[in-house]
Amino acid sequence: MSTGTTKLDVVVSDVAPVNDLVTRFHFRRRDGELLPTFSGGAHVVVEMRDGDRTRLNPYSLMGSPLNTSEYTISVRRDDVGRGGSLFMHRSVKPGLEMVISYPVNLFSLDLRARKHLMLAGGIGITPFMAQTAQLAGSGGNFELHYTCRTASLGTYADILQQRYDRRVKLYHDDRDERIDLDRLLSTQPLGTHLYVCGPAGMINWVRDRAAALGWPSETVHFEHFAAPQPGAPFDVALAVSGKTIRVGSQQSLLEAIEAAGVDPPYLCRGGVCGQCETNVISADGKFIHNDHWLSEEDHRSGCKIMPCVSRFEGKSLVLER
Amino acid sequence: MAAKTIISRPVYGTLSPQPGKHHLFVADAEGALAIIDMAGKAPAGFFDGAEIVFIPGPDGKHIGALEALKPAQLHIAPSFASLLPRLRQTLTNAHMGLRLYLSGTEGLIGQAMQVALEAGIDHTSMQTEHRGSLARRMQCVHCKGITENVTTQPATCAHCGLLLLVRDHYSRRLAAFQGVCINAEDRSEVPPMEEVFR
Repeated sequence: MSTGTTKLDVVVSDVAPVNDLVTRFHFRRRDGELLPTFSGGAHVVVEMRDGDRTRLNPYSLMGSPLNTSEYTISVRRDDVGRGGSLFMHRSVKPGLEMVISYPVNLFSLDLRARKHLMLAGGIGITPFMAQTAQLAGSGGNFELHYTCRTASLGTYADILQQRYDRRVKLYHDDRDERIDLDRLLSTQPLGTHLYVCGPAGMINWVRDRAAALGWPSETVHFEHFAAPQPGAPFDVALAVSGKTIRVGSQQSLLEAIEAAGVDPPYLCRGGVCGQCETNVISADGKFIHNDHWLSEEDHRSGCKIMPCVSRFEGKSLVLER
Repeated sequence: MAAKTIISRPVYGTLSPQPGKHHLFVADAEGALAIIDMAGKAPAGFFDGAEIVFIPGPDGKHIGALEALKPAQLHIAPSFASLLPRLRQTLTNAHMGLRLYLSGTEGLIGQAMQVALEAGIDHTSMQTEHRGSLARRMQCVHCKGITENVTTQPATCAHCGLLLLVRDHYSRRLAAFQGVCINAEDRSEVPPMEEVFR
């Protein structure tokens, strides 16, 4: 069962191209009622019925939490990905009826903070669209630093600068503009919280520097935009449900378990929330742990796996599922 | 270390060196020993960026041992009240990356934590270690007066004179334990007073 992810029946009310890579989608409830309240940083899991295949991808809500008449998400097209974003770009049109999960927030603002320092990379800007709107509505103190490859791929950079002026600072890779991170982190007043969303390399860089410069871990928040990695197909036995399944190369273990009719819990589908953690009963082979949830010790022990992002190479794998 | 009885009862840890360039220590009496013990685990040059604010006990011990650590600054204060303006000033001018270490009596840890909370540091981000006296800072829930260095159970409120049961119920906002009248029904009933928070 998908914990906390009660479903919402929605209709696509608008599809708007934003730039060469990004398209924005608007959803309204089919019954015309307001959508559930959410807070900045929340995501929904969008169900995509692609022929006989159902894809479930999480996307951050980027609209203002003050407006729940519609939800908006922005999807960056990934031509070499597993096909979810391509499906959204090619097949999702206004009027299409879809099912999405209730919003879940694994990247919420800590409202005790005196100041919110936000660092975004690329499409990692989406949760900050909602968070800045939320803070602006309540007079919150924030500063957003946004790195993008080129000005034309600076998704919503113009809107953000128009809305928040000097509270937004842009950095363009093609102009060799780099965040002076150590200086930025060393000059923040006490009580500042740091939020970072973007590519894994950026998140790791920011977290490492913040830790080295004495930022307590409680003040550093991050959200990975990690899709499950493809790999060689492998077979898994599910002990509780008595099924043996094959995980395809473009499929995640979680998706294969779901396709077999087992309904395991999940929230983020990105290896960070811990909801789908599963015990390994026996294994003969090598785990490819891609998650950020389990400890290094858990990884070494081979007793646990996060089926949303992790894979396996070897002779046999039996899971308690 | 104090036993955890109810959820607001503070639980203290052991000071350990944190990454960062700026380290602020606030300690009283035997709290100096927690800093000295921690210094054994600290990397070379750790105290180059450290400021120690110390309130010695009446016997004036441990000052020399703290000087030997060669901190960037060592400030000796006669009482918490006298160091308060300086502590506020330091925290107001501080940036993220400053790490706070509090050691000594509960009264000292609680009051320094109170100032740091006002400055925006989360209590979970502070290093604390309890050393020395178990004496409590107590608020009388009836007259709201605060009595320092309470060592007995029950204790007499220094403001209104009521006989109070010193509870484990602690307020981080006030940096004080709560004292509740122990004989409200019948004032002639006076339970024996024992020294329990020595």
